[in-house]
Amino acid sequence: MKRIPLVKMVHINKAFPGVKANQDINFRVYPGEIHALLGENGAGKSTLMSILAGLYQPDSGFIEVKDKAVRFHSPRSALSQGIGMVYQHFRLIPNFTVAENIVLGAPDAAFLLHKQDIEQEISALSDQFGLEVDPAAIVGQLSLGEQQRVEIIKMLYRGCEVLIMDEPTTVLTPREVKELFKIMRRMSDQGKAIILITHKLHEVMEIADYVTVLRRGKVVGEDRIENLNEKTLTNMMVAHEIEYSQVDRAKPSGKLVLKLQDVQVPGDQDYMAVRNVNLALHAGEIVAIAGVAGNGQKELVETIAGLRFPSRGTISLDGEEIQTLPVKERLRRGICMIPEDRIGMGLVPNLSVMDNAILRNYNHETMNSGFLLNYKKISTYTWKLVQDYNIYLSSIHHPVNYLSGGNLQKLLLAREIDQNPRVLIASYPVRGLDVMAAESVYQILLQEREKGTAILLVLEDLDDIFRIADRVAIMYEGQIEEVLEVNQTDIDEIGALMLGADKIGVRYVETQAN
Amino acid sequence: MLRPKLIKRESESLLARIAVPILSIILAFVCGWIFLYFSGFDPGESYLRMYQGAFGSRYAISETLVKAIPLALCGLGVSLAFRMKLWNIGAEGQFHMGALAASGVALSMGDLSAWMLLPLMFLAGFAAGGIWGAIPGALRAYWDVNETITSLMLNYVAILWVDFLVFGPWKDPSSMGFPLTPRFSVNGYLPTLGTSRVHIGLILALIIAIVVYIVLQYTRWGYEVRVVGESKVAARYAGMNVARHILLVMLISGGIAGLAGMIEVSGITHRLQQGISPGYGYTAIIVAWLARLNPFTILLVAFLFGALLVGGFSVQTFGISFSIVLVLQGAVLFFLLGGEIFLKNRLVWVREEVR
Repeated sequence: MKRIPLVKMVHINKAFPGVKANQDINFRVYPGEIHALLGENGAGKSTLMSILAGLYQPDSGFIEVKDKAVRFHSPRSALSQGIGMVYQHFRLIPNFTVAENIVLGAPDAAFLLHKQDIEQEISALSDQFGLEVDPAAIVGQLSLGEQQRVEIIKMLYRGCEVLIMDEPTTVLTPREVKELFKIMRRMSDQGKAIILITHKLHEVMEIADYVTVLRRGKVVGEDRIENLNEKTLTNMMVAHEIEYSQVDRAKPSGKLVLKLQDVQVPGDQDYMAVRNVNLALHAGEIVAIAGVAGNGQKELVETIAGLRFPSRGTISLDGEEIQTLPVKERLRRGICMIPEDRIGMGLVPNLSVMDNAILRNYNHETMNSGFLLNYKKISTYTWKLVQDYNIYLSSIHHPVNYLSGGNLQKLLLAREIDQNPRVLIASYPVRGLDVMAAESVYQILLQEREKGTAILLVLEDLDDIFRIADRVAIMYEGQIEEVLEVNQTDIDEIGALMLGADKIGVRYVETQAN
Repeated sequence: MLRPKLIKRESESLLARIAVPILSIILAFVCGWIFLYFSGFDPGESYLRMYQGAFGSRYAISETLVKAIPLALCGLGVSLAFRMKLWNIGAEGQFHMGALAASGVALSMGDLSAWMLLPLMFLAGFAAGGIWGAIPGALRAYWDVNETITSLMLNYVAILWVDFLVFGPWKDPSSMGFPLTPRFSVNGYLPTLGTSRVHIGLILALIIAIVVYIVLQYTRWGYEVRVVGESKVAARYAGMNVARHILLVMLISGGIAGLAGMIEVSGITHRLQQGISPGYGYTAIIVAWLARLNPFTILLVAFLFGALLVGGFSVQTFGISFSIVLVLQGAVLFFLLGGEIFLKNRLVWVREEVR
């Protein structure tokens, strides 16, 4: 029997100013298939799927659903043909209940909502696919994993047969990933097609039936998963082999540089973002802070850098207390930071590369003559950074937003490292970077480690932790319970601690008591 | 079927940057043409008279310059605040406070020599405008109060203060009931250039434009202002004191508008009176915005808007209401902002196959 593809995309082309995002792409998905769309950042995966979901229109080429040509003008017209997408950033209204979010905008929703009927329908869907969620819960109070389930149910509720999932595991803890994969398998068993957009190889190997690899807007390979392995996939993705740098954990770390004692930091709202944190950082070691985003990591590193002040506890650098010093003074003493928001905090959008290169040392006498900034010296300085760190750009006078993510990160690293840091803090240093760019960031960080800088990284990806860190501190609800030697632990242990595994029992009892 | 579609430009071409504003202004005048026609006037003749009124003679040009000076100064003032994304729309009030304070000095210390009196008036004008700008500045910097509303509200307060003084305590007994103060002593007059009404405020506007440009582009303080304007978070990360910069920039911004007020009373009216500004402080917002906050372009745009004002006054004798000038001002702004879309995007026609 000849199988009919649920969806067929034929000769798709799509260009944006300066980029051909998709070039002559052919793509098919069959019912019951988990189809991984693999590629580096900028390979054109999201563009292709946004076309399928009706968000973009292709410049040329066409789409067929069950052998019938269709044209999508909007996500709604794609949904009416059974194609729905779960975006990386959820599109839910935090103050509404799960049920309200699900019916919101559903094409055949009645003017007056029958709450019980809807909740029943949702429960039926939940049971059918193993998507546990309480229809009456307020979305804002759910975890990211639960919110993702709400998004999935939202699509199923609208009769979705092809479900596109854009990097769905980025926001999840390892345990939640496992649950998600179970749900995906169950959906495919019942005939739904699932397209998984990802750049993570192990996910593809674990869950996919079929893989299509994109590189620079073109399909460079596709096959059933049985005929592939991680190595062949990597080669397809990046076109050449990469040698991964490794951290040499045998080398003993140096003397104590930074010490946090009982640090407590109030958050932006009325709660303690960081609670009683103790942490020691030594010269020449890399300590990773692992945790699900929003557990106080941001507040903690900003407190070390001087952007926030602790309400209790001490931070000492080489034995001297610094917790009350302003940013400038901490910079002078060698505390450098690469923030999570590269553009916005780390770099100033719309200002030139030159202006950004001096953001942290514009006061230094070498950049000034009298009360005028010396742009001749600044330009020489900027070029030196650009060359030393292989930053690709066409002009140092252009706004910094013209640079790619990898080059922005290199510029930030170059600028901070040039201050000769004693302590280098970096939040999510490789987030959103492609394999090559991430590799060069790792190399720069490892060189700094060799020089004896104490390095503190906030990381989310467990693979990254195992690649680069000496020790890992797990942060959960503002606290650091454990600091583990990386080579004496494993993914499961870290994953469990990230979810506050040792506390779950206690919390369960508390909710029972309520 | 052909369908129009906007495509984002990678960079703004030089041609578009020149052509779009010119086309926008032409369109605005076409718009005004229709408006005049239906109001029962001969549009061609009205425009000719406006042109003659603004540029037709030595006197006309000098009048245009006289109006351009306060516009340019107020425009430079607000542009500084706009750079920091502080929406100071209080230039009108700062202008009035500057005029008020300078008049106070001139009226109470008229015996001083010009060398003493004029600098004192300058100082008073700058300080009063500065304080009027610093009030919303401080509220913004330390309590995060929206400066748009506070600076606007303070305009009415300032205008009413001027009214109070010219109707009340400072009123000239010999004014036959008009809301005016007595004339300043001659020592409080700003020197004029040649025999025209154009005064040295023109030179001052030029100097301030140059200073603003250099300070913003080349000094450390200007660098900090640019950083704070683009991203307050980045500024804090760089160790800058954001609140102090907000306060200081609002103070200087208001101070420059206050200087404009001082110059107007000292150079033109030679006394404080009701309605000293035909909305300079508001028009200055348009001027600064059209000039894209570039100090030198502000001078040029202020000259054009001065011409529009003077031309508008001159056709009033012809029976056309001054409101038509406001309509034209509005139309120019409308089309220029609309033109921005074509500056940032390209219009193409795409063929769409019909299903």
